[in-house]
Amino acid sequence: MDLDASLSGETLVVRLYGELDLRVSDNLRPRLDKELDRQRVKHLLFNLRGVDFIDSSGIGFILGRYKKVKAQGGTVALAGPNRSVHRILDLSGMYKVMSGFANESEALKALEGGKQG
Amino acid sequence: MKHKNTVKLEFPSIPDNVALARVVVGTMLANMDFTLTDVDDVKVAVSEAVSNAVLHGYQNRSNGLVYLTITAEPQGLEIIVEDYGRGIQDVEKAMEPAFSTLPERMGMGFVFMKSFMDKLEVDSQVGRGTRVRMFKASLQAMRAVQ
Ligand SMILES: Nc1ncnc2c1ncn2[C@@H]1O[C@H](COP(=O)(O)OP(=O)(O)OP(=O)(O)O)[C@@H](O)[C@H]1O
Ligand SMILES: [Mg+2]
Repeated sequence: MDLDASLSGETLVVRLYGELDLRVSDNLRPRLDKELDRQRVKHLLFNLRGVDFIDSSGIGFILGRYKKVKAQGGTVALAGPNRSVHRILDLSGMYKVMSGFANESEALKALEGGKQG
Repeated sequence: MKHKNTVKLEFPSIPDNVALARVVVGTMLANMDFTLTDVDDVKVAVSEAVSNAVLHGYQNRSNGLVYLTITAEPQGLEIIVEDYGRGIQDVEKAMEPAFSTLPERMGMGFVFMKSFMDKLEVDSQVGRGTRVRMFKASLQAMRAVQ
C-alpha cells in the first residue's frame, strides 16, 4: 500500500509510503484525484513520514494536487518529511506555497483550527 | 577504492526501471568516499535523467532502450544516461529552471541534476536521442583541490 486516505473534518489526510518517483506518482495521481472528487474535501494534508525518496515527479504530483485544492479555496499542508525529502521540498520552493509541519497532528490542528478562527 | 569499476546497464523504457537505476547507483556509492547527503543527491540526479529518457525521450513508450553507464573511481562517480528517442530541440532552453514541454511537469529535473552534481553535460540531436553525462567528485578529490 502506497497511499492511505481518510477524512478528518474537512481535511483529506493522505499518508504516502515508499518512493515518490515517476512510477509511483503516475500510479497515485488518478487514485488521489478520485478521492478528492469523491469526498467533500476542503483541505489536503500530505503525511510524508513514510516517504523515503522524492524527485521532480513527486514534486509535480504534490504541486498538481495543490493547484486543484487551491482552486476550490482550500489549503495544502505537508507533514513529517525526513531530512532528505525535506531538503528536496525546500529546494523546489514547496514551502513558499504550502506550510510544513513536523507531524500530522500539528498540521491538522492548524488546518482544522483555521476554520473556527 | 583501489580499482576503477564500470557497470553498464541496458533496460526498456518503463517507469519501474527508474528505481532500479537508483538502487544500482546507490549500491556503488555505498562503497565510496561520499557523505550521506552526496548519496541522496546523486540518487535524485540519476532518477531525473532516467525519468527524462522514459518520459520525454521515448514519450512513455515502453519499447525504447535506456543505457546507463556508471563508473566509480577514486576521483568520483560518473553517470551516463543515453536514449535513442526524440531528442531535444534546444538544450540550453530545456535546462532553464521551470522549462517543460509537458503541462503537468515542473521543469525541475535539470535544475536538480545541475545543483546536485559537480558536472553536467547534455548532448542531444532531434530524432536521434540524448546523452546526459554527470560527475560527482569524491570527498578525497575535493580535499585534493583545496
Ligand atoms: N531525454 C530527453 N529526451 C527528450 N527531451 C528531453 C529529455 N530530457 C529532457 N528533455 C526536455 O527537457 C525539458 C526539461 O527537462 P526537465 O527534466 O528539467 O523538466 P521536466 O522533465 O519537463 O519536468 P520535471 O523534471 O520537473 O518533471 C523536458 O520538458 C523535455 O522537453
Ligand atoms: Mg524531468
